[in-house]
Amino acid sequence: MFKIIDKKILNPTVTMMDVYAPSIAKKAQPGQFIILRATSDGERIPLTIAGYDREKGTVKIIFQIVGASTLILNSLEKGDCICDFAGPLGMPSKLDGLKKVCIVGGGVGCAIALPIAQKLHQMGCEVHSIIGFRSKDLVILEDEFRASSTRLDIMTDDGSYGTKGVVTMPLKETLESGETYDEVIAIGPLVMMKFVTLTTKPFNIKTTVSMNPIMIDGTGMCGGCRLTVGGVTKFACVDGPDFDGFEVDFDEAIKKSTMYDQQQRHSYDAACNLLNKEVN
Amino acid sequence: MADMINKKYDMPLLDIDLRRSTYGEVALGYDAETAQKEAERCLNCKHMPCVNGCPVNIRIPDFIAEIKHGNYERAYEIIAEASGLPAVCSRVCPQESQCESKCVRGIKGESVGIGRLERFAADYHLKNTTSKLEKVESNGHKIAVIGSGPSGLTCANELVRKGYDVTIFEALHVAGGVLVYGIPEFRLPKAIVKREIENLKQLGVKIETNIVIGKTYTIDELMNDYGFEAVYVASGAGLPNFMKIEGENLNGVYSANEFLTRINLMKAYKPDSSTPILKARRTVVVGGGNVAMDAARCAKRLGSEVDIVYRRTLNELPARHEEVEHAMEEGINFELLTSPIKILPDENGSASRIVCQRMKLSEPDASGRANPIPIDGSEFEIEADCVIIAIGTSPNPLIKTTTPGLDVTSRGGIVTDEDGATSKKNVYAGGDVVTGSATVILAMGAGKKAAAAIDASFTGSKE
Repeated sequence: MFKIIDKKILNPTVTMMDVYAPSIAKKAQPGQFIILRATSDGERIPLTIAGYDREKGTVKIIFQIVGASTLILNSLEKGDCICDFAGPLGMPSKLDGLKKVCIVGGGVGCAIALPIAQKLHQMGCEVHSIIGFRSKDLVILEDEFRASSTRLDIMTDDGSYGTKGVVTMPLKETLESGETYDEVIAIGPLVMMKFVTLTTKPFNIKTTVSMNPIMIDGTGMCGGCRLTVGGVTKFACVDGPDFDGFEVDFDEAIKKSTMYDQQQRHSYDAACNLLNKEVN
Repeated sequence: MADMINKKYDMPLLDIDLRRSTYGEVALGYDAETAQKEAERCLNCKHMPCVNGCPVNIRIPDFIAEIKHGNYERAYEIIAEASGLPAVCSRVCPQESQCESKCVRGIKGESVGIGRLERFAADYHLKNTTSKLEKVESNGHKIAVIGSGPSGLTCANELVRKGYDVTIFEALHVAGGVLVYGIPEFRLPKAIVKREIENLKQLGVKIETNIVIGKTYTIDELMNDYGFEAVYVASGAGLPNFMKIEGENLNGVYSANEFLTRINLMKAYKPDSSTPILKARRTVVVGGGNVAMDAARCAKRLGSEVDIVYRRTLNELPARHEEVEHAMEEGINFELLTSPIKILPDENGSASRIVCQRMKLSEPDASGRANPIPIDGSEFEIEADCVIIAIGTSPNPLIKTTTPGLDVTSRGGIVTDEDGATSKKNVYAGGDVVTGSATVILAMGAGKKAAAAIDASFTGSKE
């Protein structure tokens, strides 16, 4: 059992938890993920590590409430325990030698992008962060990004905060103005990552994306997380989750991510009903 | 005088209608009367050929003699001397190609039902014995076992009974490995696996779940920082193989590992499971091993029509005979001498049809195996909104990439000598991580050998 040491609501649909898991905290690197089951009858869900404190022995997770499993996870409070918590899984992000990087984060993907921005900043790398959200009340981690970035652009779809528009706008403008980066790292919804690669491709700037496909074991056994990368089948859990964005077949990944939409909507409704009953 | 009837006594089976819709165990086991009759068929051969056919060398004629005399618990004890998991093995071993293949009765008729008798004794013990297992006094040596599948459980069982302080590390949230994520409930009830694992815990084996060796800890850390003096790597087979044909990453295409894990480990067959599974109309399973049979029979129970596509004939089918028989009884269609070429999508981009071609067998090659050759112009389509690929696995990279000094073959399997010793001092390995996809009993045999070698390395003697 893994105790929740702290819990913060970052916005109406995004929650942060610090979980006591010293053996994972000791090893975790930016870019890696954990697999958890909130309760003993829960689904195994992968979440990318949003931070870690090796001294306190805690691992930070930030998740969006998108389905039944995250709804149930969100019902746990500080002091409660998460049933299973395994990791750190996947390969760490390769950041060595980078001098100037653009980090593009979308929505809850910003939570995963932050530890990468922080590590690059500590390394003395110049970090340009572009973070995008649907609207003002969904903005998360602004102060943290500001502290780790040489330049920060905040975008909202409806213009209620920062600049109105999508994350590829400032990226494209910057590249067109003649600036360049050693690497662009994009983490967010599949569609956003796809458009980031379409933006950087004409400038031929190495672009890394973090894939978060459906997974079960997360250790290289089930093959559920397979993706086509450069025409070859890769497994996000052991080969990734970071991949060369120019090589990823995004359309296939987008299609695969919807495989259980209908069933998941059904179980989300069921979980809502269950949790409501418990409250009443 | 032995009972000279040429056929095995039948084992009762679950009603066929229930088999198509529930996960209840299919083979129901002998009652005492039938077990005694079947035991009477054993000739008690002096040279005991069956024992040589058993990867863990159970004293088969001896335990059968005890069943004959009604000493069921004693029969169990004889089996348990050699096998840590009798209730499991009797259900999943391919007896027809092991012990029963050597049985003298098999020359003129059917061999003695050794597997069925083993199961009878094991189940008798589970039902009737409640005595607690006694812990053996510790010898103070700490051993780590990586993976809680059949190989790891066997190795742990052997070592703890000799007084070693054994800890098993398991990556998943529950112990049992392929016995819980792979083999379905209707073939191996999970309560039996649980009971076997509880027994190990009673003996003092510690089981740490949610620990991924190679990630949470490396083997070097286990030995240098956590005081383990020897390590047995039994992490099992890894990444599922695919055919590299068009359409393999469409929605609706599963590896058998994923399909079975969803159903068995995550209980997706239960309506209230939080893990979803595709409810297909028509499923095609590619492959001919036990895993293919398991996947096909699970798909059937989810309400799908099921075809198994296999490129050789029934004679070459590697699955256990009983599973093939049961699959056929349950209405699964076998497309033999058939190989898939591509999977075609529907308008939404999900699998809808699989294009196959017919094969013929070549003359046997130097190794004695006939190879399938495509027949030109024989292409045809099978409807399939679900396709399950069950063509084996490749070794998992997590341990080999994080353990310096551990030699692996060109295919990625860990290299060992015949006792399971690897190129790294005090590190042993066995089971699928060494051999690639194989059977439960071979993995157990490897675990037993490695345990003996580990023990010898401390006591300085070979048994």
